[in-house]
Amino acid sequence: MKSLTELNAIRQKIAKVPDYKILVGMATCGIAAGANPVMAQLKKIAQEKNLKNIDIQLTGCIGICRLEPIVEVYDSKGDRYTYVKVDSKKAADIMQKHIIEGNPCTDYLICDDSDSCIKNILETKSFKKQIRIALRNCGNINPEHIDEYIQHDGYLALGKVLTEMQPSEVIKLLLDSGLRGRGGAGFPTGLKWKFAAAAQNEQKYVCCNADEGDPGAFMDRSVLEGDPHSILEAMAIAGYAIGSNQGYIYVRAEYPVAVKRLNLAIKQAKEYGLLGKNIFGTDFSFDIELRLGAGAFVCGEETALMTSIEGKRGEPRPRPPFPANKGLFGKPTILNNVETLANVPVIINKGPEWFSKIGTEKSKGTKVFAVGGKINNTGLIEIPMGMTLREVIYEIGGGIPNGKAFKAAQTGGPSGGCIPAEHLDIQIDYDNLVAIGSMMGSGGLIVMDEDNCMVDIAQFFLGFTVDESCGKCPPCRIGTRRMLEMLEKITDGKGEDKDIEKLERLAYSIKEASLCGLGQTAPNPVLSTLRYFRDEYKAHIYKKACPSGVCKHLLNYYIEAEKCVGCSVCARNCPVNAISGVVKSPYLIDNEACIKCGVCYEKCKFGAIYKK
Amino acid sequence: MCQNCNLDEKEKKLQEVLNKHKDTKGALIPVLHEAQEIYGYLPLSVQEIVANALGLPLSEVYGVVTFYTQFSLYPKGQYKIQVCLGTACYVKGSSSILDELKKQLGIEVGQCTKDGKFSLDACRCVGACGLAPVMMINEDVYGTLVASDVANILKKY
Repeated sequence: MKSLTELNAIRQKIAKVPDYKILVGMATCGIAAGANPVMAQLKKIAQEKNLKNIDIQLTGCIGICRLEPIVEVYDSKGDRYTYVKVDSKKAADIMQKHIIEGNPCTDYLICDDSDSCIKNILETKSFKKQIRIALRNCGNINPEHIDEYIQHDGYLALGKVLTEMQPSEVIKLLLDSGLRGRGGAGFPTGLKWKFAAAAQNEQKYVCCNADEGDPGAFMDRSVLEGDPHSILEAMAIAGYAIGSNQGYIYVRAEYPVAVKRLNLAIKQAKEYGLLGKNIFGTDFSFDIELRLGAGAFVCGEETALMTSIEGKRGEPRPRPPFPANKGLFGKPTILNNVETLANVPVIINKGPEWFSKIGTEKSKGTKVFAVGGKINNTGLIEIPMGMTLREVIYEIGGGIPNGKAFKAAQTGGPSGGCIPAEHLDIQIDYDNLVAIGSMMGSGGLIVMDEDNCMVDIAQFFLGFTVDESCGKCPPCRIGTRRMLEMLEKITDGKGEDKDIEKLERLAYSIKEASLCGLGQTAPNPVLSTLRYFRDEYKAHIYKKACPSGVCKHLLNYYIEAEKCVGCSVCARNCPVNAISGVVKSPYLIDNEACIKCGVCYEKCKFGAIYKK
Repeated sequence: MCQNCNLDEKEKKLQEVLNKHKDTKGALIPVLHEAQEIYGYLPLSVQEIVANALGLPLSEVYGVVTFYTQFSLYPKGQYKIQVCLGTACYVKGSSSILDELKKQLGIEVGQCTKDGKFSLDACRCVGACGLAPVMMINEDVYGTLVASDVANILKKY
């Protein structure tokens, strides 16, 4: 790629418009739901019927995981149709009726809350409330074709930056946009770049944190699988801005599809001369190498990530010196998260004013959330900052399934906290979430309903941090383990007076004394559940009861006499002979002998057994 | 894993990997990934070869292998089952899937069936949270599971 003119030639080289373009969602979620046989079926029929001038492509995740596999058909008039939950049979129908006969299969189209189906995803209520910047290309282009990315304004920002702007202007533009890091802490991206640009060294590095370790978050995976070139382009821009010629992407080995598409994207970009020497005919050269993580959550911490790229145990080190001065291999380094980088080319193309109009005073732009747990519309959404949690959960997310009550939303994963119903109307931005004891985090948003026990959830997260603590500093290594033991004591029904106070005191000490972000935030799930759900802790300790019916040791099983027909199945299956009775009359459970294994509960065909 | 290779062939492949990464900065982790691909796990003998070739003390190699959960000191099954215990899966009851697998396979987490066919592990989030609860068998992802699905899925292998 020697010039912008050359790039523009590819932009305009749009092949003859096909009669139908068919896109199959083939990110991890689509493939898991069965997109491969669907794709095979579509291709087989196209070949058998000798259909000319149709274009079948794979694409990334459009965000509606619960409706996968998704097939979208674009006709030559520009109409778009979104088919959901497609299987091989539906795929055959779509080919026959829609593609061959020209009549869309209305029965298979996406529906909104009402029963009537609508034409495409853009018309759904939940999509209309979203603004897609980071996810702009996910589900719209084939991530394995560089030309498609280029035809959607890809590498235009890099061309513009290299041929028309000074590095300092690029940094100023980012500062003006107000973009903050999407990895969790929200540090201004422009400022990070400015510090690294100011550092004097002939070798500097640009790193991309694609080690999405927060359990329950998959925003970065979707971008990597659906739009890998946007990350390469943004890294090259960052390289130009700070004066670096080498980038590293540190990606989770657990994301094989993302790794494959990134490797392919790097190869294509090199072939086009968009990575490598003298990009766009300038003096600027930039290369990117992929490094696979190996399953360590702590490597999401910036210094630990760099240590891991160096080939060592991923242990963090004290800051300062900050990576902007002394990072990877001891050289000035910037580390940006995937979603942050995905925003960069758009900000350059559309201008910082455009970007900073979206969002709140201190949090500009949009945020991608991976919405999961007890919510109807699980999937990926991108919302303008400042939207309320209520809108996200009830309007975009479609509310809580099975008529259950909302209890809490968890953001920020093992570093974050739970947001209770009383804060549903909070406007989502970095500062508001911190003020109520949670954090933006990387974008996992897990919804919990009345059946989830908050002490159990806190214990779950602590269990995670104990496993993932690297062991370097004692407050985190020993402190989190002690906290977990206290929580286990409470959920086992052995909690004592003053346990809550002890837990709190230890939590604050760990926050104060830990070396890195992992330890400093590890107590947050406990502190935030203590703040909003203290009564649940108290019920476990003082009443020896789990109000949500989760904690096994605090439950008792009972037989409802009216429903019991006396079939004796429960008694015969009980491993400890704790159930007694006479056939054809109600049975009884001896709670002293019961080990609470739940076998009777599962085996009873009459729903006569309940737990309390 | 290179199933049909004998030990010499595996070592030859490992040498190729080591040569390829001769000039890579921070080569240890990429080399270990590829070595595990070849051998299926990282026994001490393999770690020794890697340590010698990269000029690192064996203790450092062992330290890295044991730090990261992806690396295993023991052989894994032909089919590696990983049950996601990430938050979204946990909230939706993935522990019951794990229990069912333990029952069906008669092994605990971290173990391998006697015939070497299946190994069972719990993992943290495969990023398919929209389909929770989820498990992976090698690279196939199975979503929206209920415990009764497990037996039929295992039959496929």
